[in-house]
Amino acid sequence: MSLLTIDGVWKNFEGHSVLRGVDLEVRPHEVVSLIGASGSGKSTLLRCVNLLETVDDGVILLEGEDITDPRVDVDGVRRRLGIVFQAFNLFPHMTVLDNITLAPRRVHGVPRARAEEEAHDLLGRFGLAGKARAYPDQLSGGQQQRVAIIRALATQPRLMLLDEVTSALDPALVAEVLEIIRELKQNGMTMILTTHEMGFCRDISDTVCFLDGGVVLEKGPPEKIFSDPEHARTRDFLRAVLEAGRF
Amino acid sequence: MSDLPAGPAWVKSERQLARERARRSRARRSTSIATASTVVFIVLAVVLVTNAPGWPRVQDAFFDSEAFVSALPDVLSGFLLNIKIFLIAEVLILVVGLLVALARGVKSPAFFPIRALATLYTDVFRGVPTILIIYLIGFGLPALRLQGIPTDLATLGIIALTLSYGAYVAEVFRSGIDSVHPSQVAAARSLGLSHAKTMRFVVLPQATRRVVPPLLNDFVSLQKDTALVATIGPLEALRQAQIYAAGKFNYTPYLVAALLFILLTIPMARFTDHLAERTRRRRGA
Repeated sequence: MSLLTIDGVWKNFEGHSVLRGVDLEVRPHEVVSLIGASGSGKSTLLRCVNLLETVDDGVILLEGEDITDPRVDVDGVRRRLGIVFQAFNLFPHMTVLDNITLAPRRVHGVPRARAEEEAHDLLGRFGLAGKARAYPDQLSGGQQQRVAIIRALATQPRLMLLDEVTSALDPALVAEVLEIIRELKQNGMTMILTTHEMGFCRDISDTVCFLDGGVVLEKGPPEKIFSDPEHARTRDFLRAVLEAGRF
Repeated sequence: MSDLPAGPAWVKSERQLARERARRSRARRSTSIATASTVVFIVLAVVLVTNAPGWPRVQDAFFDSEAFVSALPDVLSGFLLNIKIFLIAEVLILVVGLLVALARGVKSPAFFPIRALATLYTDVFRGVPTILIIYLIGFGLPALRLQGIPTDLATLGIIALTLSYGAYVAEVFRSGIDSVHPSQVAAARSLGLSHAKTMRFVVLPQATRRVVPPLLNDFVSLQKDTALVATIGPLEALRQAQIYAAGKFNYTPYLVAALLFILLTIPMARFTDHLAERTRRRRGA
């Protein structure tokens, strides 16, 4: 059974349709990348899955449960999902440790001592052992984004949503964040990510989806999409990316 | 700093030394100009006032050192009541202001009446002059003769000040809440935090930090406005000064009261400035 099923999802903003019937299946342990031009609806789709946006039509099933049903327990759905944003969105008034333990303690009822122990483990694993007491503005962008990923991981989500997690970073800091995502894949985490890092996307994805005009125009394994795309639109997009030096 | 790569040691160039000399001499010149202009200003002001045709009478009525000394104990004991009113009202105002601000932000339709009531409250109590609210509460509430309604004048004054300032402080809190970026709420909600927990752990801690300077500003104003309670009669500083002035036909006690208020508000005002400056520096950093 697929972990996530997106079926004919529409989303309109002020009369303009961003998603025009998107279909997508994500199996357990699969890494799915969404690529496409800015405004093609990649981020909107992730926000719909997280229920930060309400879909205007279609259905999204998480582990078989219809999460687009208005009567669904929204907080219960979000407890099973982790999302990481382009701009990190760490809580500036909390230390790294408090950022990470907030949801385990206040949502999942994990005792403080255990939550902190788990947070220290994760920080150590991702090379941030000395940073537990630091505040977000004392960290580099790459470190902040790694903390944001750990914060999402700390609630042990079934599915991680990564929304252009390296787009706000200095090129020298991109690698350290991508390294963490590789490690997550090795540990079997199911992920949907949007990215402009095509080399990385090719490397890590099981399935690549090209979004264009609000639909998944083309999808397949990365070798197929990057070497032999079916659609002219996909070829044009990849050529433009290549010319911009992002490959 | 010790892990910086080794480079040539810095010896200040002749050009840099000349620049620093020029900056120092300019700073010295600015200081002397500021001192001179301040002295000139003060001398002019004093000369102007003391040469006014009515000055001798004003001096007798407002600057009578004997009256100053004899009025001081009574005015000071009245002033303690001002401080008491201020301290109690301040706590109540913070509670009322925060609750009203939160009530205005509640989205659930079941709470519509509460939201509407909170909006009505801020509209009404910001619109009515504080002194009128003090009259209405001070004379109106006891006239109802309801069981349990306080009749103590200072208590009625505290209630009136709380109602009036609560409306302002609610708006200050609300603007603070609105100033927290929506992405913070999105991050908290996406972690599974409910609306209430998002408010408590993520939005309010950031909002209150931002509104401390404007809140302190309102409290400086509240300190002075405790004197308005004099209009309904409790023996606070202004009332004591009025009694003394009426008995001795001398206005010096008003000056005593004014000095006491200044002594209280200046430290608060400086503290507010200090906090605002610190916030500005942190943002800039």
